[in-house]
Formats: sequence, C-alpha cells, structure tokens
Amino acid sequence: MSTIEMRLAYKPADYKSDIKPIWCPGCGDYHVLMSFTRAFAELGLPPEQIVVVSGIGCSSRIPAYTNCYGFHGVHGRSLGIGAGLKVTRPDLTVVVASGDGDGYSIGGNHFLHACRRNVDMTYVVMDNHIYGMTKGQPSPTTEPEFDTALSPGGTGLRPFHPLVIALASGANFIARCFSGEPNETASVLVEAIRHPGFSFVEILSPCVTFRPDEKDWKNLVHQAPVVATNDPAKAARRIMTDDGFNLGILYRGNRKPYQPETGQAIVDLSELEKEFEL
Amino acid sequence: MSDTQDLSIAFVGSGGAGALTAGSLLLEAAGAAGWQGLLIRTVGPQIRGGEAAAVVRLANRSIESLPDHLDLLIAIDWLNVQRFGAEIEVGPQSLVISDPRGGEPPKGIASAGAHVIAIPLKEMAKAIPDGRPNMIALGIAGKLLGLGEHEFSALLEKRLIEKGQAAIDASRSSLKAGYDAVRDVDLGLRLAPPKSGFTKKKWLVSGNEAAALGAIRGGIRFAAAYPITPATEILEWLAPNLVKVGGVLLQAEDELAAINMIIGASYGGTPALTATSGPGLSLMIEALGLATAAEIPIVVINVMRGGPSTGIPTKSEQADLNIAVYGCHGDAPHLVLAPQSVGDCLFTTQWAAYLAETLQTPAIVLSDQFIGQNRAIIERPADVAFIGQRIRATNITGEYKRYALAANGVSPMAIPGTRGAQYTADGLTHTERGIPTSSALDHQIQLDKRRDKLESFNYGDHWASIEGTGDLAVITWGSVTGAVREAIARSAKDGINVSLIAPRLLSPTRPEQFAAALHGKKRVLVVEQSHGAQFHHYLRAHYDLPAAVRVLNRPGPLPIRPGEIHRAIKEWRP
Repeated sequence: MSTIEMRLAYKPADYKSDIKPIWCPGCGDYHVLMSFTRAFAELGLPPEQIVVVSGIGCSSRIPAYTNCYGFHGVHGRSLGIGAGLKVTRPDLTVVVASGDGDGYSIGGNHFLHACRRNVDMTYVVMDNHIYGMTKGQPSPTTEPEFDTALSPGGTGLRPFHPLVIALASGANFIARCFSGEPNETASVLVEAIRHPGFSFVEILSPCVTFRPDEKDWKNLVHQAPVVATNDPAKAARRIMTDDGFNLGILYRGNRKPYQPETGQAIVDLSELEKEFEL
Repeated sequence: MSDTQDLSIAFVGSGGAGALTAGSLLLEAAGAAGWQGLLIRTVGPQIRGGEAAAVVRLANRSIESLPDHLDLLIAIDWLNVQRFGAEIEVGPQSLVISDPRGGEPPKGIASAGAHVIAIPLKEMAKAIPDGRPNMIALGIAGKLLGLGEHEFSALLEKRLIEKGQAAIDASRSSLKAGYDAVRDVDLGLRLAPPKSGFTKKKWLVSGNEAAALGAIRGGIRFAAAYPITPATEILEWLAPNLVKVGGVLLQAEDELAAINMIIGASYGGTPALTATSGPGLSLMIEALGLATAAEIPIVVINVMRGGPSTGIPTKSEQADLNIAVYGCHGDAPHLVLAPQSVGDCLFTTQWAAYLAETLQTPAIVLSDQFIGQNRAIIERPADVAFIGQRIRATNITGEYKRYALAANGVSPMAIPGTRGAQYTADGLTHTERGIPTSSALDHQIQLDKRRDKLESFNYGDHWASIEGTGDLAVITWGSVTGAVREAIARSAKDGINVSLIAPRLLSPTRPEQFAAALHGKKRVLVVEQSHGAQFHHYLRAHYDLPAAVRVLNRPGPLPIRPGEIHRAIKEWRP
C-alpha cells in the first residue's frame, strides 16, 4: 500500500473505541480526544501501530477511549513505560498522555529525564491547573491564591512553568495548545508526532467542575504571533515572558533522537560464557 | 604432615591496599591449577579508606559456604580490621602473618591464640621498584599452599597488560619476594593436589554475573538500570552483553522509572529485566502490582543486603522475603524464586525468565550479597532448555479478549502492531476484554484467574532442593543452603542422617509437595539469616510443620557458618 492510499484509508472515527468516556460534561479532555483521533487520521497511521500510554488522573483515562493499543499505568510513571516501549519497538508511534498532577508533580522527575533522553515520542499534558479526579486539590500549576479544601486560602506557592523546564531539560519540540481548538491542536499533534525526538505538547484543558473559572480560557488564548524557532535562547525568552495563553509551536530543536540499535545479534549466545572459562 | 583438603586464606588491609586483588589472583591461580573455591569479599561501602578483606576458600570439591575459621591470615595492615573483626574467624589453629609496622592486631585476633609470624611486607616492597605489599602477601600464600610461582605469572600479565611492562615486572618481583621470604618454610598448609582426571569445564564467576547470563539465556533482551549496591554488577555485565545479542540496556533516572521501562518493553513483546536491592525493591513495589494486574511478564532480581532502610549496603542478609512475597497492596500473586549458590544464580534467573514469560506475571529473584558478589570456581552449570515463550495472540478473528478465561489461566497476549487486537493494559480492575470495571464478579473472576494460573502450573522438581534422609529436616533457603549442606555432610560423618528441604520457589507456595517432603520428618530445624525469622514465619503461615521445631536465625552481616549448624544438629538429641 502506498502512503497516499493509507492516508485515505483512515478517518478519525477509526481511532475511537466503543467505550463511553467518564469525563464530566464540558470537560476539555473530550476535545483532546477528538484532536488525537483527527491527528492520527491525518498521519494515516494504522491504529495498531499507535500506542497511547498514560498514568493516573482524568486525562490518563484517554488510552481506552482510543482504538489504538493503550497502557493505563500507575500514577506518574507513564514516561518510563513509553521509553521502554519505544526503545525496543521503534516501529511503533508512542504518544504519552498525562495531566498536570500526574506529569508535573508525582511524575516530575521523569519529565526532566524524558526531555533529556530525547526518545522519539510525543508527550501530551492536559493541564487544567487542578487535581480533578480526587475532587479539586491544587496541582503544581494551580495559582497561589486558589482556595481549596486542602489549601485553605491558597497554596501561596509559585506555579510550575512546564514549558521552560522542558526547554531547559532538552525537549526537542515544545508547543502549547487549547482543547477548545481541536483542529489547531490536531495540527500541532501531527507536527509533534512527526518531529524526531521528544516532543512536548501542553494542552490547556479546562476542568469545568472544579475550575469553572477556566471556561474563560477561550477568551484568553491567542495564537503565537511568530513562527517556531530552533534557537533555545530565543524560545526561552518567549516562553518566559508570554502570558501563559500563547498558543502554537514555540520551539523545534535539531537534537538527534536517542535510539540505540536493537535486534541484531552479533555473537552466538554460547560466546557469552567464554569470559568465565578457566 | 599430610596435605590439607580444604584451606581458607584471608588477605586484609585498608581499602585500596590491594587485599581483594590478592584474593582474586589467588582464587584464579588455584582454579587454573585444578582446585575449586570461593572468594568472599568483605568491604565497606567506601571505595577507598574503608576496610577490605578477601577470604579465599579452596578445596577439591564444590565450595558454597564460608569456612568456620581461617587457616592463614595475611594482614597487609591492620588499620580498619576492627570494623569487621567479628567476621574474620581466627582461632588457635590459625596462622597469622602480619607486618610489624602495619599497626597492632585487633584484640580478638591477638587473643585468639593464633600463631603470629612477623614479615615486614612494606619494607620489602620498598626495596623493589614500585613494589607492592599485596603481591608479596600473595607470593607468601602461594608458596605456603604449594602453588607454583608460574601459575601467577601469566595471570599478572593478563591483569596488568594495560598498565605496561613496568607494572607487570614490579608485581612479578614483589611476588617472587613473597615466595623467597618463606622459601624454606613448611607450615603444613599445603593443599592436596587436585583430583586427577577432572575434565569438566570450570568457570570463575560471581553470582551476579551468573544471574545476568541466565537472564539472557532465558530470553531477556531489555534491561533498565538504576545503580545500587550490591546488584550493580548484574547491570554492568548486561550493558555490553545485551548489545551483543541484539538487546539493549537503558539507564533510568530512578528505580520507579526502571521498572516502568521494563514493563513498557515487555508490553511491546521484549522480555525484560531489572536488578536492584532492598531500597530499590521498595520503590518498585507499586509497579510490580501493576505488572501483576495487567499480566505483563517481567523479572526483577533483588540482591539482598542488610536492612531496613539503607541498612548495610555491602553485606548480606535474608530479610527481604516478606516484601518480596507480601509487599504488594491488594491480592497480587506473583513469582518469587531464590537461588541457592553462585552457580544456581544462573539456573534460577533463567528459570524465572521462562516462568515470567510463560505465566505472564512478574518474577522476583531473591539473590543476596553473599552469592551475588562472591566469586567461585565452579563446574560449568548444566545447560537447561528454559527459554521464555509467551503465548501470543495472532490472526485475530472477532473480538479480542486480552484477559479471556483459559483453562490454565494464561490468555494469549497481543503485542502492539497486531491488527484487530488493540487493547489497553490497565492496573484498574478490568473485564476479560480489559475494560475497567468495579463489578464484584469481574473482580473475583480476574483475581481467581491470576491466582490459578500460578498455582496450577507444574513447576517440576526445581521448586526445591530435597536431599538426604533422616527424620530431622533442616529447612532453609537461598545462600544459607550451602552452609546447611556442609553441616549435613559433617553430621553424616558423625553417623547422623539429616535431610535438607530448601525451596527455590517461594511463591506460589507448594503445599502438596511440601507436605510430601516433610512426610516422616519428626523434627525441623529452620536456618535463616533474618533477625525477625521471616522464613520461619513464612513456613508457619503456609505449611504444616511437625511439633518439634527449632530456629537458628541471625541477622546479617555475620554469616551463618557450617560449624554452628552442625553443632545445632549434634546438640539436638531426639
């Protein structure tokens, strides 16, 4: 089959499973799922060649809602599963899905090292600035004054800046999207998946239940006024100084992905014991 | 004086003095000359400035345990020896050679009544360009044991080739000085000549290396690594050797990532392993439960060290049994296996890889620092046919049920790329299709499935070492098995028949087979290296023991020696 025929062969619906999502009505993650299926169809990848890996949280429910292979692991460790899978199966397309609690708090250390390791996979974090599944506790991206039962009067803590951290840690592609713009998000995902190395896509995805104020995000977001840069210093300045609602591809690096050669045995198994022989 | 069948020699010195080098050269030379033996390393966690001792036990038979006491101790210096003095057994029968300028011998050694000979190792070394006191010590040992000087010559060249001819010459001259120092001395320490006609291939190997080789033979092609004492050698051996067989090792940022990486690789169809020790195993437990629930085969080698917490990283203990068997939350049956000797690390790890793949479940291999880091000269272990074969789902027609109920509880596993079999592996309780559920019935069905697949499998005779006759059975496990075997052999010489039961498979338990092994036994002596007697409690929880039970248990780092087990047997009059 030629590439063109393959592309024609798939529609977004082909990537959707028959399982009904258990997200709240109005949750931004519905639109993220839509962006996923549109991006996969645009890429023309057979569903069985894609693996969606996740951790724990509302956003991490997404693998089973796709018709791809999926892995819904434990809290915060999805990047490890993704790396082990991609390094041993470079033929697969690996998309890791996470949220701001799963990805930036419990999984924070893995985020740094996944950026550094630069395995060719795409990391999508659905950021709603709250722990939704456990009913509204502050996450690393929650504003300091946001009042919750667990942090009466707010945490007083400075929010985490995931895009800057990704850049400093070596991510090879950095973008910000808004779930309410599924077509634009799908286009960015297509670029992210195609870009070699570790691609990081932060999707602002409102939690209408515990952060009804986030319904206003649709009025705050705006497309980045400039094209993506491959200059980390320029990207750092832009990301550090933007208002947090600047959408689009903000950095495209040129680092070579980490992909060791596997699969080719160069010695017979019986050779390995030779070093022990007296 | 007749030649001795079994000799133990220790080299001691501060870290960096070369005691371990002298020990490993002595073992290798003796191996080349035809003896078998074991090299026991005793080191502090520091690389230099700590303490180091190498105990070499040589004999005409397989050696799996520490000696009761030393025949010869050569101290390059006494600087830090008090830190592990209790582990060095010196008695009136021991011969001690020490440098008079190397400090005062520790109290225990001075008062043991050993015959002490002063030889100025450091002064002799100074007389040789770049002379090395540890090589002089090695020469002394070689001469007293009756090993030819030539046995060492080729070895030195092999070891030092990269350091240049000058280094080789300096070591040879130092070695010769050692031989000359005791040229006309015979202290009755000569080893009996090796058995003639002994043609089997012999290996010089550590348990960690043997385990790593066993992993590859069992089909492991991916490893994720986070360094930790005393397991790191497994990972360091795998890093270059996996590449040779088309596999790969990834260094992870922590143990949480390491175990998740191997779960990811195995989900993709590549048999995968990691190796760690207690603190790392603690971090891996959550993901072990995930692999159990999602039925992903993985192997975790846990090389036990003293615990809890950071404990004693460089020394052995058998106190991770509880976490290995019971550590997961929820009901999470998985495999736990324990090798019983340096050589058995190969078999047990290979078997673990085979069982994990066959049963689609995690397998923990409970090795320990004693068999992991010690090096032994052993007969080449027999080849076994255990190679991991996972039942895969291919040619899917109709709806694919990843967790379909099969007669043996093992359902065909699809790997990504297989058309029409897409499913989501999940730690959530799931249906046969793999869809999350909170139904009581689905929960029960899948719990039953995961239990039954392990319990109904035929593990054959490998589940335990069952040896000997006699109504007194010593029940033990892991590395202590070697000392128990030796004690039982000594008891046989006293005319006391004692049997051995040492389970290699700790989980799932084998109630029927264990009951059969205990048939006719009237007394049981449990021997283990755990302060809390974890193994004894494990036996009590799962098996019916006879009324007369005694327990010989002690925490690490003091090893349980054959002599004290022998005594416990002898003193227990029925």
